[in-house]
Amino acid sequence: MVRNERCTKCHICQRQCPYGVHQRIVDSDTGAVHIVADDAKCVNCQRCVAMCPMRALKIVKSNCSYRENAYWSQKAVMEIHRQAEQGGVLLSGMGNPEDYPIYFDRILLNASQVTNPPIDPLREPMETKVFLGSKPQTIVRDHTGRISCQLPPQITVAMPIMFSAMSYGSISLNAHLSLAQAAQELGIMYNTGEGGLHESLYQYGKHTIVQVASGRFGVHPDYLRNSAAIEIKMGQGAKPGIGGHLPGAKIGPEIARTRMIPEGTDAISPAPHHDIYSIEDLRQLVFSLKEATDYTKPIIVKIAAVHNVAAIASGIARSGADIIAIDGFRGGTGAAPTRIRDHVGIPIELAIASVDQRLREEGLRDSVSLVVGGGIRSSADIVKAIALGADCVYIGTAALVALGCHLCRSCHLGKCAWGIATQDPELVKRLDPEVGYKRLVNLIRAWQHEIKEIMGGMGINAIESLRGNRLMLRGIGLNDRELSILGIKHAGE
Amino acid sequence: MKREGQIRIPSGCAIAGVIDKSGKVFNGEIIIRSIAAMHERSNGLGGGFAAYGIYPQYHDAYALHIFYDHETAKFNCEEYLKRFFDIVHQGEIPTRSIKEITDAPLIWRYFVHPLPSKLSMSELDETEYVARCVFEVNTRIDGAYIFSSGKNMGIFKGVGYPEDIGRFYRLEEYEGYCFTAHGRYPTNTPGWWGGAHPFGLLNYSVVHNGEISSYDTNRRTLEMYGYPCTLQTDTEVITYIIDYLHRKLGLEFPEIAAVIAPPFWQTIERMPSAEQEYHTYLRNVFSSLLVNGPFSILIGFAGGIAALNDRLKLRSLTVGEKGSRVYFASEEAAIRIVEPDLSRVWAPKGGEPVVVLWGDA
Repeated sequence: MVRNERCTKCHICQRQCPYGVHQRIVDSDTGAVHIVADDAKCVNCQRCVAMCPMRALKIVKSNCSYRENAYWSQKAVMEIHRQAEQGGVLLSGMGNPEDYPIYFDRILLNASQVTNPPIDPLREPMETKVFLGSKPQTIVRDHTGRISCQLPPQITVAMPIMFSAMSYGSISLNAHLSLAQAAQELGIMYNTGEGGLHESLYQYGKHTIVQVASGRFGVHPDYLRNSAAIEIKMGQGAKPGIGGHLPGAKIGPEIARTRMIPEGTDAISPAPHHDIYSIEDLRQLVFSLKEATDYTKPIIVKIAAVHNVAAIASGIARSGADIIAIDGFRGGTGAAPTRIRDHVGIPIELAIASVDQRLREEGLRDSVSLVVGGGIRSSADIVKAIALGADCVYIGTAALVALGCHLCRSCHLGKCAWGIATQDPELVKRLDPEVGYKRLVNLIRAWQHEIKEIMGGMGINAIESLRGNRLMLRGIGLNDRELSILGIKHAGE
Repeated sequence: MKREGQIRIPSGCAIAGVIDKSGKVFNGEIIIRSIAAMHERSNGLGGGFAAYGIYPQYHDAYALHIFYDHETAKFNCEEYLKRFFDIVHQGEIPTRSIKEITDAPLIWRYFVHPLPSKLSMSELDETEYVARCVFEVNTRIDGAYIFSSGKNMGIFKGVGYPEDIGRFYRLEEYEGYCFTAHGRYPTNTPGWWGGAHPFGLLNYSVVHNGEISSYDTNRRTLEMYGYPCTLQTDTEVITYIIDYLHRKLGLEFPEIAAVIAPPFWQTIERMPSAEQEYHTYLRNVFSSLLVNGPFSILIGFAGGIAALNDRLKLRSLTVGEKGSRVYFASEEAAIRIVEPDLSRVWAPKGGEPVVVLWGDA
């Protein structure tokens, strides 16, 4: 923590820091005021830096480090020290930050030149509306010969972007409210996550995907009916194969009511759904939920991108699901065991490519839509994901960043200085939903503009013509195996 | 140099078509003159024609037009055909040797009926049986390529300017009720006759001017439906979309137009609710078959012709009418040259199909 001479010792930093880094000390002899910082407590959330009216603060990397070792990094050594001290599983917040290949950054987009014209989105319609759901390729006509327009339930989104599952509990009610309002204004969906739906948010039902997870928290008939779609959460990119644990300390009266559990008890989501030990069990849950909602809601099955994701997805497509959601290994979380988060799962880019291809090979691509998430950072990532074969993307981390998150990755501490991943009423207040939802709307509108620009450059004026259009992509610096999995050519080919 | 199918080759083009609604036949002279007027829109690297009603003596048989690269291909292909078809008649397609056309492959024609025993064993309907045999030959038999497979119709195409290709095939000796033509302007030189247009499957033939930006979306969808796309050309993909929607799903041509060049959402929102529902349904269910980017196409089929532009009308297409004849061309000049005195001439709007059936007169 570096504090320069502009500091007026107003100690706003002290009041803003939930981690107790800054402290105002008055010298009892001289009466002089000092502000000191305990660097060891700093999580680098940037709250004090942003709030300092004098711009007097700067957080810099400390050069106090262990002896350099190319194999035993300081992080590895420090983690051993922590575990040796406490004997626990290491926990982390947000997505996998490690240095794995980022395929999105190794893919380049195409544009029209000469043989077909680019389209100017400011002059011509540029369509981004997407329908998600099963689309059987059969034509039924009534006695007059008119095509019958009956379809299995669908969700309609104005652009191929939805807010991914983040539970009330893992994030604050103000964060949820911001997401819900933004989804309504944008004509898209947000997702309750596994923490149930707070009563005050029922009014946004048409833009809500309600989740049914292994803990079944907050699941009741009204919850299911008050939705645009129902998502069965089988897995999450940040922690495939792992359940969830919201500590009792966070279970205040509102969360307890919403989750339908006693106040102060730990909310533990088991690793498996205990009624789903195989694919045939999943089919039963899919149809139980359809029965419960009179076949009026599409059912999403969400899985983490793991090694055999393509085979799993094709099994899900045969199990009555209308939509498959796949979460890549960069996907965020409120808390996950560090080792799981950083070492389990595969990049979403590869998962999209292999799932889309497998579903096509098996003739199943029309029976399910594909929503992908886990590391979408920009409109360019979205365009690439759709061209690889996705119908729509989920964004979680990016939405939280729009709400103020600076990716300090300390959500698991529950003291989010930005009022997002916390239940502390004083901290929650910091996120004004009126401001939050406008920031989300701004972000998604900006991305929509960018998507339209990119589409126009490609000579495409409807987003459906981008889906699975892998000729619009080229790899850069990828080997043959990677290119063949992604189903794209190398730049220059 | 990679040949068509191993590489995707963008091209510009000229297209033309003429139909007599009364079903009265006329010879290929007119269509040659029409397409020749647009000489500048081709570059001598591909031209061709589709002609309907030209084989009345074998109107019930599938007319297979086949290019062979060598005698072995012919031998292998004929062995294959004998196993699946009863060949009623076969022979070389008559050509005239002219100095403008060189490097022609062996060009043969077979009039065939599916072998009844094989057909019933396959449990396919007849058209599907024939289509699968065509795919089989084109993907499995090296050096053989079936480029026309309809009944009472034929495609004639090759590498050269279209008017030269017409003279090469002695098109003036054929009489039909409908002809389409194509002159190609590819960006590089494949020099393979199979890569020229029209592209056909069963009775469908397509001539197309444009470069579609939805190509890979359309191709990957069609491959899922069992259409191996071997040529990497837009025309191939459009032909298969039409075969899928018309023959397999039974959509009518105006419905097909609403799938491949649908109205914009902002237009749909202004429609009465029944129409809104209809267009929303088609756009949703067949979203992967929307053809995006510039195109003008003429679709020949048994008994008629359909013309369609992309939804933004990024390619020219003019229609002219005189008596029972309807003319189509990339440029009005190509219509005026064969019929200066038109009773009506217009440029159809983007996404607005013009469908002409014989018997409409």
